[in-house]
Amino acid sequence: MLDTRYRVEIPGGIHLEAQVVGPIPRSFAFLIDKVIQAIAISAMSIASIPLGMDGIGGGFFLIFLFAIEWLYPVLFELLMRGQTPGKKVLGIAVVNDDLSPVTLGTSLLRNLLRTVDFLPLFYLGGVVTMLSNRRFQRLGDLAAGTLVISSTSSRAAQVASVADVEPLAPAIQLSRSEQTTLVEFLQRSSQISQPRQQELASILEGITHDKGEDGVDRLRRYGAWYLGLR
Amino acid sequence: MKQHEFEALHQTLWQQIDAALEKPAADGNAQILAENYLNLCQQLAIAKERMYDGALVERLNNRALGLYRELYRYRAETRLNLFAFFKRDFPLAIYRHRFYILVAFLVMVLPGLVAGVWTYLDDETIYSVLDGSQVRHMEQIYDPAAGKIGREREADTDLFMFGFYIKNNISVAFRCFAGGLVLGIGTLFVLFFNGMFMGSIAGHLTRLDYVDTFYPFVIGHGSFELTAIVFSGAAGLRLGYSIINPGQSSRLDALRQAGREVVPMLYGIVLMLIIAAFLEAFWSSSSSLPIAVKYSVGALLWGLVLLYCFSGRRYESR
Repeated sequence: MLDTRYRVEIPGGIHLEAQVVGPIPRSFAFLIDKVIQAIAISAMSIASIPLGMDGIGGGFFLIFLFAIEWLYPVLFELLMRGQTPGKKVLGIAVVNDDLSPVTLGTSLLRNLLRTVDFLPLFYLGGVVTMLSNRRFQRLGDLAAGTLVISSTSSRAAQVASVADVEPLAPAIQLSRSEQTTLVEFLQRSSQISQPRQQELASILEGITHDKGEDGVDRLRRYGAWYLGLR
Repeated sequence: MKQHEFEALHQTLWQQIDAALEKPAADGNAQILAENYLNLCQQLAIAKERMYDGALVERLNNRALGLYRELYRYRAETRLNLFAFFKRDFPLAIYRHRFYILVAFLVMVLPGLVAGVWTYLDDETIYSVLDGSQVRHMEQIYDPAAGKIGREREADTDLFMFGFYIKNNISVAFRCFAGGLVLGIGTLFVLFFNGMFMGSIAGHLTRLDYVDTFYPFVIGHGSFELTAIVFSGAAGLRLGYSIINPGQSSRLDALRQAGREVVPMLYGIVLMLIIAAFLEAFWSSSSSLPIAVKYSVGALLWGLVLLYCFSGRRYESR
């Protein structure tokens, strides 16, 4: 099954869920980071000219080049909760596979092994590995035990305002999961088009005894009842 | 309890947590987060158990995830214990990788010896390893008539060379390590060719009788640099071998286990190479020091490095 949900039990005694992120957003994040790195390198090369490119300036510049190449991702992932600037823009973050934040060891490992993900060219190896496992892990992620998750809420988590809906008790007894379905229908009604709502409501005509918009309205009122509005 | 009531009951707490998560470093926020972590976990469990709306469960889940990641955030001051690392962790990691180190050592040194003897005996052999301009460059660098040894150009200063060595040597070590993930092949390749290059250059320069410039130059920093390259090879081979022979675990688990265990080696390698770059730039290159001093200090450094590397055994639990 294609499912990007990743579940893990945490010490709090419950299961937490996260959405793992695929190659497309990760590539964009990577490109943004590359642009930032290129800008930083150009700025540094200009800044080190007055110190002498053959001397102190050149020495600092080479150390800076080294740091940008190897330590940029590690530093940001540690200090910015798993997010390099590019990942922050895309709303994704690196975590250990128990969903805890990356540590120096895991971050260093996954970023050093990036060299191998690049092989044979243009990160082909990394992308193929990513697509061949359910958690979208590249080789470096597999060895380090890390994964990239979405750090923003999905659209489903945003609910419609329900304050103006008049609650109404349905005439028959509904099971727990049926009740939840009605509540979710109410909460997400702002994200579903009007005709689709009517289509969905028409399935339950036998219960609502109403057609079209009236049926939708009735279902929303049932939802409000089960939500506990009074 | 209906969902609406449940939400109304906890709304203030959730807003408080959200605000605290925005600015975890602010005064009192750490307190709020730490105190309410388990409360939040419990509320999430209740919401799931009572089959409240999926949107509510997701919001609680994301809030708990944010709080969890904040609580277990990386804190350098609590994780990095440099003293314990150098005293125990690094030597122990070296001890545990001793067989990989032996293999990496042999893969680098044997081709080096063969190439060295060969180029020493035969004038032409060096040209099958390096091209003409590289050979002339090497001869120039170690020419006893030159003012400073091991320098690209006259203008290069110690600091420039320090940066140069940091960038090049550590990058080589990192690539040598990473190549191990390809079943160890990349690592073996890097070790073999580095050994061969170093061996042939040493053989060729000895043949030219540049002994008094070449060996005093390399002996000092070589103690840290060559050892660190062998270690990075060993760490790479460990990764590769875990995939080839995972033992009782799955290949993936074996790789992750190997990954966890080579991390102390990586820290150690980086620090050794920084020391090596420092020595190479500021100590080895000096042409004013007597050769006897360089040899003695070099021998002392080799002794210390080897002694340190063999000190890990006693920390192994039995």
